[in-house]
Amino acid sequence: MAKILKKESLAPNIKKFIVEAPEIAKKAQPGQFVILRVDEKGERIPLTIGDFDRKKGTLTIIFQEVGKSTIHLGMLKEGEEIPDLVGPLGKPSEIEKFGTVCCIGGGVGTPEVYPVARALKEVDNYVISIIGARTKELVIMEKEMKEVSDELYITTDDGTYGMKGLVTDALKKILDSGKKIDRVIAVGPVIMMKAVSELTKNYNIKTIVSLNAMMLDGTGMCGICRVEIGGETKFACVDGPEFDGHLVNYNLLMARLKTYLEEEKISLKLFKEKMGIQ
Amino acid sequence: MAINPKKTPMREQSPKERIKNFDEVPLGYTPEEAMAEAKRCLQCKKPPCVKGCPVEIDIPGFINKIKEGNFKEAIRILKDKNSLPAICGRVCPQEDQCEKECVVGKKYEPVGIGRLERFAADWEAEQGLMEIPKIEKKTGKKVAVVGSGPAGLTCASELAKMGHQVVIFEALHKPGGVLVYGIPEFRLPKKIVEREVNYVKALGVKIICNFVVGKTKTVDELLEEFDAVFIGTGAGLPWFMNIPGENYTGIYSANEYLIRVNLMKAYLFPEYDTPIVRGKNVAVIGGGNVAMDAARTALRLGAEKSMIIYRRSKAEMPARIEEIERAEEEGVIFHFLTLPVRYYADENGRVKEMECIKMELGEPDHTGRRKPVPVPNSNFKIPVDIVVVAIGQSPNPLIPQTTKDIEIGKHGNIIVDEKTGKTTKKGVFAGGDIATGAATVILAMGAGKIAARAIDGYLKSGIW
Repeated sequence: MAKILKKESLAPNIKKFIVEAPEIAKKAQPGQFVILRVDEKGERIPLTIGDFDRKKGTLTIIFQEVGKSTIHLGMLKEGEEIPDLVGPLGKPSEIEKFGTVCCIGGGVGTPEVYPVARALKEVDNYVISIIGARTKELVIMEKEMKEVSDELYITTDDGTYGMKGLVTDALKKILDSGKKIDRVIAVGPVIMMKAVSELTKNYNIKTIVSLNAMMLDGTGMCGICRVEIGGETKFACVDGPEFDGHLVNYNLLMARLKTYLEEEKISLKLFKEKMGIQ
Repeated sequence: MAINPKKTPMREQSPKERIKNFDEVPLGYTPEEAMAEAKRCLQCKKPPCVKGCPVEIDIPGFINKIKEGNFKEAIRILKDKNSLPAICGRVCPQEDQCEKECVVGKKYEPVGIGRLERFAADWEAEQGLMEIPKIEKKTGKKVAVVGSGPAGLTCASELAKMGHQVVIFEALHKPGGVLVYGIPEFRLPKKIVEREVNYVKALGVKIICNFVVGKTKTVDELLEEFDAVFIGTGAGLPWFMNIPGENYTGIYSANEYLIRVNLMKAYLFPEYDTPIVRGKNVAVIGGGNVAMDAARTALRLGAEKSMIIYRRSKAEMPARIEEIERAEEEGVIFHFLTLPVRYYADENGRVKEMECIKMELGEPDHTGRRKPVPVPNSNFKIPVDIVVVAIGQSPNPLIPQTTKDIEIGKHGNIIVDEKTGKTTKKGVFAGGDIATGAATVILAMGAGKIAARAIDGYLKSGIW
């Protein structure tokens, strides 16, 4: 049980919870995730830890309401409890002084890359961050990212805020300006991580991505999160979720993420009918 | 009076009916049937059946009470040695244990010890009774038990009875381990597991779910709070064959397939949120009990064809005979001496076909079973839309990887002294599949019990 201490709406369909989870907060490190369930009949969903406060014993989770479980989660109110919350799971990000690092967050990937950027900054890396969103109102965590970055760039697909274009356009511009980047960390939609990895491969820059594979137990028991890294099968839950972006078989990941597309639609439709929402 | 040469039959759902539901297959004995079966017991003075029981139940003792119609006393005798009788009565391989040693069994069918155990436990549940045995004076010692499967539950309940304070840490959201995520409802109803877990709680054991030892806290950190730690985290790491196409969608590990259905209740989707792909042509790779469970589950999910693909012949199958027979009755198709070599997918990356090769049996291998060798140019294809890989699993590496100074065997198992369950790390004991590799519920329970005794000794003497 984890009590929701604070609930905030960051953008349309993007919610932020600060939850009471002292044991997880004590151990949490950037790059790790939790698994939660909204109710007794709910599925187990993995969510990256957005932030943690060891002193207060709290965790921040930021999520986009895309399917039944996340919409249901977003309906929980301050003071209510998330019945099942387990973690921290997965391997932490590699944090050391690499030199100049570029942290890229797309959509709700931004809160996921935030604690990584902060930790990299704390060990004296020069941090360049890029936040990407579809449109202005979906740009989140700008203030927080600014605080932990030496340079911050924002891109929107429609040009309503920051630079018009994709995060890869911004990255390319930075690279072509002659700036030397030693490492890239990209967290966001699979298609974005794939595009970033393709770009940085040309520049021979080590790139780390965080894979949002489906999960059940999150402890290496089920194997649904199988991903191929350099032709080898790995479990995203225990071997990752971060991997070398240049070695990931993205097409396989995308295909596997679609396994339950039909069922997800059915679930969502029934839930909306039940709750009387559009 | 002459002994009835056959076990008193137990009523069960017919194969045609039962493949349409997830309800339990055998329906249990009535009191009359149980008493009739109990009469078959010879009440041996030196009962060999007890030697066949990993938890040393006083078998003639409890059977005698059933014969007399004193079911309350029967269950008390059972629980004296076994905290989980309703589970053991259902899933123990009695044919290799107590019933194998039964004297009646030398000439006729052995006494249905498992059936009687189940009867006594179910009778108690039906009466709404739950007698709590005597609990020794509080010792003030604290023990952490990691994992709430058969080994952990047994170890915890034994320690609680000895007066120690016990906390079980469970990684999943529900206690029971393999009893809830692995063994299907039709073989072990989850209500029964819940009841037995409640019994363990009633002994004073505290169960904390959603706590991954190795992540939320390490074993070393637990040792700062507890006087001893028992590790019973099972064999949770699924094996794959590493053949081309094995990551296509529609190919599950047996763990995933069974976790979805059993723990997450995917068979009740969309009432429950977790989905499962309901295939028409399901191939289950492997020949053990888990493979039988998966193949029978597939039928209940509506598969037109549920196939077992096994590389050896029927004689070498590790599954219990009873499970193989049930699967056959229900219409599972067996492809023996067959090995998958590659999968093919459609344009969306969903598996559509598997290529197999025929095998033949050669010389005996290290297990004493004849080794299957491929027959050249015997490849053929089978259309499939779901594949379940049930070729085994190894100990979960989470604790071995995060615990200092604990010796690990070459299969990832924690090395223990069999007589005590002691690991190479002071204050830390282990038992069940984490120590032996994948085995049975009752062996894990036996190991939990052995460790509990040794932990008690260690806590009292302080001598490692």
